[in-house]
This record gives sequence, C-alpha cells and structure tokens, in this order.
Amino acid sequence: MATNNGVKETYYESAIKKGYDRRDFMKFAAFITAYMGFEHTMVGQVAKSLETTYRLPIIWEHYQECTCCSESFIRSDHPMVADIILDNVSLDYTETLMAASGHQAEAAKHDTMKKYHGEYILCVEGSVPLGADGVYCTIAGKTAKDHLIEAAEGAKAIIAWGSCATNGCVQGAKPNPTGATPIHKIIKNKPIVQMPGCPPIGEAMAALIVHYVTFDRLPELDRSGRPKAFYGKRVHDTCYRRPYFDAGLFAETFDDENAKEGYCLYKLGCKGPTTYNACGSMKWNNGVSFPIQSGHGCIGCSEANFWDNGPFYKRLTNLPGFGIESTADTVGKVAVGAVAVGLATHAVVANISKHKELKNRYTRGRVNEENLDKTEEN
Amino acid sequence: MGERIVVDPVTRIEGHLRIEAEIKDGKIVDAYSSSTMVRGLENIVKGRDPRDVWAFVQRTCGVCTTVHAITSVRAVEDALGISIPPNAEMVRNIMEGALYMHDHAVHFYHLHALDWVDVVNALKADPAETSKIAQSISNWPKSSPGYFSDIQKRIQKFVESGQLGIFANGYWGHPQMKLPAEVNLLGVAHYLEALEWQKEIVKVHTILGGKNPHPNYLVGGMACAINEDSMGGLNAERLAHVGKLLKEGKRFIEQVYIPDLLAIASFYKDWGAIGKGVGNYMSYGDFPMNGYNDPSNFKFPQGVILNRDLSKVYDVDHRNGDIEEFVNNSWYDNYKEGADTGRHPWEGETNIKYSGPKPPYTHLDVEQKYSFIKTPRWQGKPMEVGPLARLLVGYGRGNKEIQDAVNGALTHLNVPVDALFSTLGRTAARGIETQLVANWTMEFYDTLMNNIKNGDSRMANMDLWEPSTWPAEAKGVGFTEAPRGALAHWIKIKDGKTENYQQVVPTTWNASPRDPKGQKSAYESALMDTPVADPELPLEIIRTVHSFDPCLACAVHLYDEHGNHISKVSNVGSCEI
Repeated sequence: MATNNGVKETYYESAIKKGYDRRDFMKFAAFITAYMGFEHTMVGQVAKSLETTYRLPIIWEHYQECTCCSESFIRSDHPMVADIILDNVSLDYTETLMAASGHQAEAAKHDTMKKYHGEYILCVEGSVPLGADGVYCTIAGKTAKDHLIEAAEGAKAIIAWGSCATNGCVQGAKPNPTGATPIHKIIKNKPIVQMPGCPPIGEAMAALIVHYVTFDRLPELDRSGRPKAFYGKRVHDTCYRRPYFDAGLFAETFDDENAKEGYCLYKLGCKGPTTYNACGSMKWNNGVSFPIQSGHGCIGCSEANFWDNGPFYKRLTNLPGFGIESTADTVGKVAVGAVAVGLATHAVVANISKHKELKNRYTRGRVNEENLDKTEEN
Repeated sequence: MGERIVVDPVTRIEGHLRIEAEIKDGKIVDAYSSSTMVRGLENIVKGRDPRDVWAFVQRTCGVCTTVHAITSVRAVEDALGISIPPNAEMVRNIMEGALYMHDHAVHFYHLHALDWVDVVNALKADPAETSKIAQSISNWPKSSPGYFSDIQKRIQKFVESGQLGIFANGYWGHPQMKLPAEVNLLGVAHYLEALEWQKEIVKVHTILGGKNPHPNYLVGGMACAINEDSMGGLNAERLAHVGKLLKEGKRFIEQVYIPDLLAIASFYKDWGAIGKGVGNYMSYGDFPMNGYNDPSNFKFPQGVILNRDLSKVYDVDHRNGDIEEFVNNSWYDNYKEGADTGRHPWEGETNIKYSGPKPPYTHLDVEQKYSFIKTPRWQGKPMEVGPLARLLVGYGRGNKEIQDAVNGALTHLNVPVDALFSTLGRTAARGIETQLVANWTMEFYDTLMNNIKNGDSRMANMDLWEPSTWPAEAKGVGFTEAPRGALAHWIKIKDGKTENYQQVVPTTWNASPRDPKGQKSAYESALMDTPVADPELPLEIIRTVHSFDPCLACAVHLYDEHGNHISKVSNVGSCEI
C-alpha cells in the first residue's frame, strides 16, 4: 500500500471526517470480516488495517461493454459500502460517473497514472477488440488496446470485471466479429483478478475491493484467477431448490403446476450444475432473490463461452460427476439414494459442506455484529 | 473556418461518444457526433434459437437493462402470433416502470446534475438557508439545517483531502454555473441520497426477474410463476415487497426528484432557448393495458410530430417502408443499390468496414464516413426520440393526463410552450414523465394484484413454445419506449432459427451521422448555435448532449451477412501480444 507522505488519508480518518462514528466504522469492519470468511476474532485486525491504510487510487476503464458491471457495482447494498467504495477509494477515472469529459477526463487519468505509479489498481470493464488493428473501439482517438497497455504499465494489480474482461462475453460469442479479447490475453506481467459474470454480483465486487484495501493483497484465487470466496461453488450446490433435484421433482415447462410449486428447473435448461458463482448463497441486490428463485434457470453467465454453450432452454446432458448417460430423473434419485446409504461420492459430500460454509458466512456477519454490540454494552 | 474542438470521451453516459464541433464567435457553427465502438450483436444472434435472443440483445445495454429484452421477446411473439397472459403484461409493465424511475433519477442526479450543480461552490452555502429552501419545495424529511451542515462538512473534508476522485477536473466555477451556493448544496446532498436510493427500486427487478442488472425474460410471458402459498414462488410476501418498493420509489420521485428538477430549472430558463434540435418527434408508444397490438390502449400514445406542429400527429407503421436505415456516413459497406439508398430493417444488411483515420488520431475526417452508428429516417426525415418526444406526441394526441402534467410544469416555471423544444425541455420532460410513470406503475401493480385475487395466476403462454409448432418462416417486430426513446427490433425466423435480426435504437435516431441529403440528426442539430464560453471547458456541449441521455453501446451493432471480415478479424486476433 501507499506510504504515508502526510497527505493521503486513512479509511478510518476518512470515515470519521465524513460524519461516521467509531461504532459505524466497527460495524463496517465486522461485516467485511464476515464477507472475507473470517471469524469474529479477526474484526480487530480488519479494523486496524482500515485505520492505517490510505485511500487507494483506482482507474476504471471501459472498452467493449454494456456498463452492467458499473451498474452492478453501484447497487452494492452493504452498509456504508457505497460511501466507503465510492468516496474512500479514490475513483480517479471512470467514464460512467466522473464529472469531467474529454481531455479534462484524460488529464485526470494521466495525473493518477503518474502520481501513483505502481500503486493504483486498474479495473477493466469490457473486452478489447483486436480485429482490424483495434479500430472497433477507440477512446480519445486511441485504441482500447493502447489504453489498456498504457494504464496497465503502472498498475499494482488489475481487476477484470465481468465476463467481457475475463472471457469476451457476448461480443466474443461466435463469430466474434470484432476479435473481442479478454484482458489476460493482452497483459501478461501483472496480477489479474478475474471476476466473471454478466454482471458480477455487486456485493462481491465491493467485497473484492475492500479485501484488497484491508489486507493489501489479493484474496485467495483459484486456478482461473477467480476469488475462491465467490466462485468456489457451483450454483447447483448452493441452490435452495437442490432438494427437489435430489428428489427428482422438476418443472416440465414454464408456469406449469410444478413450476408454481418451485420445483427444480433442470429440465428447463438450468445451467446451475455447471456454473461457479455465489448466486445461490449471496443472491442478488442484497440477497433479495436470484434467477432460479424467480423462476428462470441459470444461464451460466459467469462461465467462459456461456453464450455458445446453449441453447439456454436445453437441458444439460452431461452433468459433471454423474455420468454422461444420466437423465434428470435418474440423476436425482441416484444422488439421493447414494447419500441415504452412505455411499456419497466425494463431490456430493464436498458440495454439502461447501454449501454449509457459504451459508455460515452470512450467519457469521450477523453474529459478528451482535458480538460487537455485546462488547460495547459491557 | 472556426476553431474545431473535440470532446472525447463524453463521460457520464453509457458507451463511447465523440463530439467534434466548429466554434466561431463563441457559438457552435457545425457539429459532428461519432460513436467509436462496435461489437456486432446482430451478427452474433444469427442462426441462434429465437427464444434465446432476448438474453444476447439485453447485453446491448446494462444501464437501461431490460428494454432490449422486452423488445426482443415482443418481436418473437409478434412473429409467431403468441399472446401473453394479462399478468405477464402487468409484470413487464411494472419492471419497465421501475426501470424508468431508476434510470431517469440516476440520469438526473449522477449523469446530468454535475453539468448544472457546482459541487465545490456548495461549500460556500449557508446550510440554514438550504434547509429553508428544501422545506419550502418539499415534505422530504431529511431537510434540517444540521443535515445540510453535515453534508457540507463531508464535502469540505473531501475537497481538502486532495483526492477528488470522480469530481476531479469538473467544471467547477465555470461562468455557466448559475445556481446559488445553497441550491448547489441541496443538489449535492441529493446526489448522495439518490445513490443510496437507486439500489432499492431495482429490487423490483430482482424479485420478478431474479437479478439486476440484466433480469430474466421469457418468450410467451414471464418465468416468475405465481403461487401465493409457495415458499419459492411469487407469493404474497414477495408481491407485497414489490408494492412497498414501488411506493417508496414513487415517494422519492415526488418529494426529491421533481422538486429538485423544478428548483434547478428555474435558474436555467435561458436553456429553454438553446439546443432546439430537429423539431420532428417520434414515439412508438408503450405500456399496453390490453395487449401489445393495439396502441390505442397504451399509456404512452404512438405517433410522429413534424416541425414542432402539435396540431397534427401522424401514425407510425413499423412494417411498411416508412422506417429506413442509411449507411452513407457510417463505417459499413454501402448497400448494393448505392450509397444514397436506405433499407427497411427487415431487409437490413450491414458489412462493417472502418474507413476512418488510423488511430491514434486527433480529428475525424468528417468529409468521409465518421461513425459506427447508422442513420435511420422516418419517411426520409430525421426524428428526435425520448421523453420530450413522448410527451409532445401525447400532448398532440390530446391525452389529458399528459397535457395536464406538461402544462403544470410550464406554469410552475413560468415559461412558454416553445421552451419545451430545447435542452431544458428535454431535461424537464424526463422528470415530468417519471412522475406519470410512477403513478401508472402503481396502477399496473393494482391490476396485477386484482387479477390474482380474481383467481388468474397464469404467467406464461407456452402453447407455441416448441419450435415444431412454428411456421417454416415468420417475421415480426417488437417495439417499446425505452427510457431514452423509441426502440424496435425486427426479426426473421426460418426453420426455428434466427435468420435476420436488426435493432434500431433510440440513440441511433438521436446520435446518427448525416443522411444522404445532408440532414443532421438530433444531436448535431441540437448543438447548432449553442454558445460556448470557453472552448477549453465546453460545458455547454456536455449539457445539450446529456439532455438526450446518450446510450452508445445500444446505438452500435452490426451484422455481416457474408461474414467476409470475420476471417480477417481472427487473423489479426491471433497476432495478439
């Protein structure tokens, strides 16, 4: 993190200056601790880290995208996160929100690249078209590719927001007319966090930034560069309709009696069994719902090439861990039978325990806060 | 020859927009609008299952997320003759209504306000005076002197920190910033409040569509099956949550957005004479109350107004040759009939062919093709679309509710009808219609609840779901009034697959380059004669462009019938570093 040059302000100082009290700050720290998957005993360390860390400069670039990632980010519904993230992280360049336009905007970006060389985080929303020498996306007369290379050079780390930046998303679907290319295929010499999803869940985006700010390091990533906290489980494993799958109870078509009962959507093409994301556990927009809860199967938007893995309403025929020949009805019954007689595969056991762990994180957030209340009362 | 100024990127919009303007004697004498990004969605959906297409084209835009999905499912339903259950119609209306509330309020506070509100000047305000002003214009509870004083202290600390973040290099202290410090403080306070508020109203989408941005839609209806008694479905608790969110959303519109809009507009009445535009207005109409095929039951009427003459409203037909797209100034191959001919979207064919300057460049060659946006025309005429167009068409159609709302605002601001045809008029119209839509959305909600109460729980018509029930060939058109204006998708289906798909979107109408007759589209036209006090800080350009609420990713999409450039693209792609 940045060294103290006497000008940069800590998160704690900043929060207090903005009118929050110590209690608000501690609550915020308690929630963030829970998000990161730590127990209550870690709250103190997180709070200490926030108290002594400086405002992190962020440059947020937009290339071939639809701005859904920015929109998701500002939806993050966590207490104080909107303020902390938007104000206390110094968002020095983002075409969506910044006041300045044109060369004033570019000047703001260049100021940050110079002043905080080696310290700022580069967030990228969108893919980079490499077709026809990059003319399919230019900003201020320069190609997206040149902008990316320039901004990446002085970045401490890069966050690739959403499926566009991580795998090319919809414009990269066949036949990929503009040569839409994900960030990691262009920038090879920087740490890149991959946050796929169309868009990623807002709270997960906010939590990633807070993790970096808090611990001055990237969270634990999987082989694909995704934070394990959000992409460690399949949607299927955390889905509240999973018991219906296991029992072989399925909606046969939209709006039929089984759909009204809330049965499993596997036969309507749900991609939950092959999709790694936190939709079933964190849910969306502060835990209000997620696609399956609202009656539509998962379309797999956080998986690479998901646009070409359709059609969306065709049931998966190859369920990992269950064998190619399995049909929905037999898969469900077999899985249930296996658990019942204690012959569960490693996958099933692992998934159940992961499910519990994810649910626990949310419970933990509340417990952390309650503990804090008790501590203060004493 | 005047001075050529370039604004690129235009920020606080969706997408990538570049404006080049000639300035002479402090006024714009010529203007060019260019979109500098392309993705090719229309090409990508070709050959795919028509029932999947809504999800692809929904990604056209993540800001007005939903409208392309609705338009797409309507196009497929139109092609196949599918009628949706009344509940699905109301759920779609509720989701679109919630989008209007969210999108327009976010546009006003987060994308447009910083053109009119001087954040730094708010530091000079007397919070007690701001409180008096706030209480005189609204019953909104957060209006005490202490509240505004706290906000002011927060800004003070923010500015003192030296890290200005999104407020860096803004147009603070610009001579065109005319608000008293107290009103600036009010604007800043509500900028922050609106940021908190906006994440609430979108939960309507989360409940009904599973997530936001990009909730789910379904050809034939909606997927959110109703079961009052189930734990997982759209039950009584979930429906009540929707009602509560809508009510709270409406309250914010009534008590914060509208009073702020009128208060701020009253200091900028001179902008009622700036940014006039093409003077032709088009609305496709939307919010059906009794089926999509009968515009007479729409809340927003359909029609075209020419030359600002509200006494005559022309009908819109999406199926005849009235609507055509030209590519004479766009980076695509000309149609084989020639550069100066247009094509109806059903026959549309586009071949991307960039012929602009090689990047990095400082200026576009506007004598040649200069944008990735195509140029649509109605009966050969440029049209402005958006909130102002909708209200003017409603006004011209004699819709009493719309007339009363418009007259009320004009009376409040004490400005003539002519002031509507302007930058101020567009910004005011957006607020006026948000109030109307907020009222209507409660009506949609009540209608939905009554239907359910009366025993109708149908949410999707699956009779024609299977492609085996479809004709070998079919074509359809779906249209909506997106927050930014008239939006339509045209689809051709063959053997169960998407044979052709064309989107003509609001920003295509407004931001397009010139047509073969040299007629300017809405942006370029509205920028003419705009005074620019300081070419280095062209705030006035930003104001007028923002009054349209640009959405550029929507406006640019290509499809390539022959796929010629695709192999070329992959060759280049393999040379990546």
